[in-house]
Order: sequence, then structure tokens, then C-alpha cells
Amino acid sequence: MGKKTPELNTSSTADMAFLLLCFFLMTTTMDQDLGLQRRLPPMPDPNQKVEDQKVNRRNIIIVKINSADRLLAGTEPMHVSQLKDKIKEFLTNPADDASLPEKEEIQIEGYGPCYVSKGVISLQNDRGTSYQAYIAVQNELVKAVNELRDEWAMSNFGKTYLNCDEDQQAIVRKAVPQNISEAEPKDVSKK
Amino acid sequence: MSKFKQKEKREVPQPPSGSLSDIVFMLLFFFMVTTTMRETENKVMVKLPEASEVAKLERKDLTSYINIGTPIRSLQAQYGNDSRIQLNDSFKTVDEIRDFIAAERDAMSEADRSFMTVAIKADETTRMGIVSDVKQELRKCSALKIMYTARRPAEE
Repeated sequence: MGKKTPELNTSSTADMAFLLLCFFLMTTTMDQDLGLQRRLPPMPDPNQKVEDQKVNRRNIIIVKINSADRLLAGTEPMHVSQLKDKIKEFLTNPADDASLPEKEEIQIEGYGPCYVSKGVISLQNDRGTSYQAYIAVQNELVKAVNELRDEWAMSNFGKTYLNCDEDQQAIVRKAVPQNISEAEPKDVSKK
Repeated sequence: MSKFKQKEKREVPQPPSGSLSDIVFMLLFFFMVTTTMRETENKVMVKLPEASEVAKLERKDLTSYINIGTPIRSLQAQYGNDSRIQLNDSFKTVDEIRDFIAAERDAMSEADRSFMTVAIKADETTRMGIVSDVKQELRKCSALKIMYTARRPAEE
């Protein structure tokens, strides 16, 4: 019988692993990126003739932010905190007001016919608007749509939008669309 | 009487440390897998604006970052304290965004290109003028999926 092979000394592996561990602990970044997702409109084709899109006046609400971060929604100046209710009223049009957007009956796959608002929110800002105010307004707009989606999902599926499964979420998204258009940059301060 | 004879000094036995390295290795692998190395050094100061309706960014690997803000202290002597755009590791002008987007797009696989997102990390005091310029430029190179990076407001 040959000699027994000596046991490997493993007491220092823990130290080495600790060193490596410390290195990864230091360099790791666990922060998630959070934010508001948007889709920009594609650039208009320069060859195409610009024809005025005939959007009915009642179907559009113009939200303007000027260089002093003041807010104008539709025709009335307001504070950011009032914007959400204004947008919700605009998008739901509960009393079928003639000055608020019309609704269109569309077929949603997997659900059936549904009345969907044709309202579009047009957001315009000045070059001097601060980013903070801009995001605050964007946030209010998203909040209004999210709340409407929650309400719709609650009354139709009995749970909030986030708790719905993917198919249901797709239905809710179609029933309560998020139509926010970020217009071409304009100088709001003039005129 | 021999029952009570075990009165000699007894030492507390050494706790077994053989599995210690296994535990540490497990932790190590966890961090190795979850880690993403910080690729770029921030050259602009960015304090993100607050927004409560933020959503999580899904594919970090398909995201390009555009930082907008005032240069950090040590660079202010050189670049001034006007808002500037940082792409990768250096200050760029609005016109250079096009090349940046093209380069980022080339680095992605064919199938992923349509999912490319551009995250705009702008300081909350930035004026919208520069952000609008960036947005227009992104539209021109049809990188239409964007995200305004924000942070959740602190709990009240």
C-alpha cells in the first residue's frame, strides 16, 4: 500500500472566497431603473404633404406648461394637483357632454364591444420649462390613465389592473388607451 | 460513585468551520450572477425628478443611457456649468446622438433592435429645451421607445 495522500488544507479557501465576495459586494449595483415609458411619434415624412389631421376639437385637450412652470389645461390655468381629475373627467365624459370627447364602440378581441373614448391629450412645453415640472405633469397624466384602467378592470374583472393576467391587461389597455401626444416643440411663451 | 467522576475540565468544542467556505462561495456566486459592472463614469450631476407612477425598466441590456445635467464640480472649470449631454464617457453635442444611437443599435442582435429603449436621465433642474432637442434627434433616428428615468418619491 502506498502512502496516504495528505488531506488538502482548505482553511484558507474561506478567506479567498471572502475577498472575492467583498470585491463583488463593492462593485455591484442593485439599483433598478425606474421611469415613465413613452413612445415618440415617428418623424413626419418630408415628401408627404402635410394635411391637417381632422381631429375633432372636442376630442383633444391641450396641456401647456410655460417657462415659469405654469400649467394650462384646456382653457383654464390650474395647479398640477388638479390636473388628474380634469384628465379623468375628460377621458370618461360621464355626462356625455358635447364639449368632451366622443366615444366610439369598438370590438375588443376576447371581450366584446366596448365604448372607448377618442380623447387625445396633447402635451406642449416651452424650452424654458423645467424638467421637474414636465415630469410632474407627465406623472399626473399617467396617474389619471392608470386610475381609469384600475377602475375599468375592477368593474369588469373584479381586480386591479396590475393583478390581471396578461390577456386581461391587453384588453384593459385597449379599453382605456393612453393617448398622450408630445407635440413638436413650440415656443409657448410667444403670443 | 463513578457516575459523577467526569469532573475534569472540559473545553467548548470548536464549531465546525468546514462548511464555511461553501456558504461563502454560495454568496459569492449569487453576487457574481446578479452583478452588473458600472460601465460609465458619471460626468454630470443628475438628481432625478420624482414620479409616483414609475414602471420598471425591463431589459437593461437593451437600454442606452443619455445623461443630461450640469458637469460635476471637478469638470466645471473646463466645461462650465451649463447643462450638457453625456453619452458613454464623454460630453457630446446633440448632433452626435445620431452616431451614438447607430453604434448602440449595431451592437445589438437583429431581433432585439426593435426593443431598444433610450433612457433619458436628466437632472430635475434641466430646462426642457435641451431635452426637446434630444427628443427630436431621437425621432430623427427613429429610436422611438424612450423612458424618462425618475425615482419614487420618499414615503410619507
